[in-house]
Amino acid sequence: MESDANHILDQVTQGEYKYGFVTDIETELAPRGLSEETIRYISAKKNEPEFLLDFRLKAFSHWLTLKQPTWAHLKIDPIDFQDIIYYAAPKKKKDLESLDQVDPELLATFNKLGISLEEQKKLAGVAVDAVIDSVSVKTTFSDTLAKHGIIFCSFSEAVQKHPELVKQYMGSVVPYTDNYFAALNSAVFSDGSFCYIPKGVRCPVELSTYFRINAANTGQFERTMIVADEGAYVSYMEGCTAPQRDENQLHAAIVEIVAMKDAEVKYSTVQNWYPGDKNGKGGIYNFVTKRGICKGSNSKISWTQVETGSAITWKYPSCILLGDHSVGEFYSVAVTNNHQQADTGTKMMHLGRNTRSTIISKGISAGKSNNSYRGLVRISKNAVNSRNYSQCDSLLLGEHCGAHTFPYIQVDNKSSVVEHEATTSKISEDQLFYCQQRGIDTEQAIGLIVNGYAREVLKKLPMEFAVEAQKLLAISLEGSVG
Amino acid sequence: MLLSIKDLHAGINGKEILKGVNLEVNKGEVHAIMGPNGTGKSTLASVIAGRDVFEVTSGDVSYQGKNLLKMSVEERAREGIFLGFQYPVEIPGVSITNFMRTAVNELRKHRGLDPLPGGDFIRLMEEKKKLVEITSNLTNRSVNEGFSGGEKKKNEIFQMAMLEPLLAILDETDSGLDIDALRIVANGVNRLRRPDNAFVVITHYQRLLDYIVPDFVHVLFEGRIVKSGGKELALELEEKGYDWIKNEQD
Ligand SMILES: Nc1ncnc2c1ncn2[C@@H]1O[C@H](COP(=O)(O)OP(=O)(O)OP(=O)(O)O)[C@@H](O)[C@H]1O
Ligand SMILES: [Mg+2]
Repeated sequence: MESDANHILDQVTQGEYKYGFVTDIETELAPRGLSEETIRYISAKKNEPEFLLDFRLKAFSHWLTLKQPTWAHLKIDPIDFQDIIYYAAPKKKKDLESLDQVDPELLATFNKLGISLEEQKKLAGVAVDAVIDSVSVKTTFSDTLAKHGIIFCSFSEAVQKHPELVKQYMGSVVPYTDNYFAALNSAVFSDGSFCYIPKGVRCPVELSTYFRINAANTGQFERTMIVADEGAYVSYMEGCTAPQRDENQLHAAIVEIVAMKDAEVKYSTVQNWYPGDKNGKGGIYNFVTKRGICKGSNSKISWTQVETGSAITWKYPSCILLGDHSVGEFYSVAVTNNHQQADTGTKMMHLGRNTRSTIISKGISAGKSNNSYRGLVRISKNAVNSRNYSQCDSLLLGEHCGAHTFPYIQVDNKSSVVEHEATTSKISEDQLFYCQQRGIDTEQAIGLIVNGYAREVLKKLPMEFAVEAQKLLAISLEGSVG
Repeated sequence: MLLSIKDLHAGINGKEILKGVNLEVNKGEVHAIMGPNGTGKSTLASVIAGRDVFEVTSGDVSYQGKNLLKMSVEERAREGIFLGFQYPVEIPGVSITNFMRTAVNELRKHRGLDPLPGGDFIRLMEEKKKLVEITSNLTNRSVNEGFSGGEKKKNEIFQMAMLEPLLAILDETDSGLDIDALRIVANGVNRLRRPDNAFVVITHYQRLLDYIVPDFVHVLFEGRIVKSGGKELALELEEKGYDWIKNEQD
């Protein structure tokens, strides 16, 4: 009987990826492979100032001294870094002044993704900065934002228009020496988003970026920088999809957040990149370094992520709690199905006094997948009276998947308190039968139960994202349920 | 005829629990099933609802002229079979509202209807909540999570009211209810009685049958219905206890 329930679970959890299509847009590519020349090519293409080329070259020579890390609970095929194209940009005919001038193919892509810019523009004042294969195509709402003195543009544009800000903050939270993939990104990053909220300004709209990997064989290396000056507030949403391709594609991004005194940054991610097929062929390698620093007192950074895609996910959005009374939060739902592997979690580094952090992680594994939570909570000697609460739950669907929890805790003073709770559960036959008896079929029942399980995290997402995330959870587990 | 069970044998892991059950239920009728603990009352209810942990080894069950045993659990539900659980299940994080909305819309889909618009659904829910005197915030809570025993049972009747089944099987819905709750639950059932639906009420207590007056009372004993009668049978059982039945069987 057990096996029957498993059989049902197997059937409904073997969904096909819904976003697999390739957009036929003329693309301009860098020569394949990685060398100093590639880097000079990218930098020249982007007409970058000297300091940036320097930064890239230093990062590259540092990267050459590093080896790919092996410590995560992941099986990774060797990556041939010479077989990757490091820069791909849709060929621009001329500069774009309005949406009508955007490549219709591109707009169609957004429509397939269900995020037409037209609609988005009207929607509840969401400003969308759409990134397709490295180059930011269109930034909307820039006027409204400009009125408040908010800078929200592509990273490349920021390099041209606000080089002093870029120079000041780039690499200040994630130095290129941080890790293997951070060094790689620092050497070859192509584009991304840049956001600066001036003192005392509460950003009136949710800022949103949709990333999409399109061209074949291109790694995507975004860099996102968010700076909230004293007393500022911003909520930022990042969403991602990639078309279906057989070769594994590398995605190694960097996100840096700086929150000054009394500032708050909410960063939400919904990631549903191509996870590979049922047999584990293809899919995105998602190796991302995300880190924020609460620089000033009373500042706050919260990360909320819903991770349903990618063949391999390796990311630990982290907070450095430097300012006294600063707050770090990490809310995560990670779903793995078929042969997906995820090793994700967070680091909370308590340096200031009276700092607080909360970690809520919900792992959901199905099929033959592996899902690991890896978290570090470190409370330094000076971070007196600090607190951390961590809760790591795992939900297993079926018999062939794995869930693992690796909490690392280090407390160097006596006045701080760290609490850690962990649970592992399964969807019970009783729950399924109860739903079915009310006329709800197995697929929908699993969707309901899984969404219920993840609710604590989902409710932290901005409204428009929460709806999308709920659908994604159900879809990634069975294929068609909304 | 709504439901007809003929010589039903069913069990679990090779152990036979139902050993030849016969039962006929017509539209407009209320049947009560009584019997000692562990004689198979809940098993019978589960088998009618289609729970596949129980294996049907022989016998026939027809529902509205169709072979019930061939239908999936959700098909049976959508065709109007409702089971009020003896032990309602908790579904953390899923609000009753969301749960019922999904169920109601599945039912509508089955009938070729569009999903109920949000406003209409809320109105429907408010109306049905009154029927079982449910306070407003209960439906915002997760299904059965942290509910008291009585709240769980009221929630079952509320769901029944929302889904308006043709055949409702209530498995010990009266157990654990205080006097007021018992009256509320029973009134709820009575208000839902119609000429075209039927109820099978499983209970240990004659008390419930003062409120929900049955047309027939059956005694299930060791996997078989060994005695059937009118509502006075319940009184007789109350008075004489099950030893009377046991002795008759020996
Ligand atoms: N899942 C199961 N696994 C093993 N045995 C079971 C299972 N479900 C029921 N049984 C057994 O079947 C028999 C009948 O159980 P059932 O729950 O149908 O009794 P009941 O008449 O409803 O009793 P009660 O009045 O106590 O609710 C009992 O001996 C019980 O232990
Ligand atoms: Mg029972």
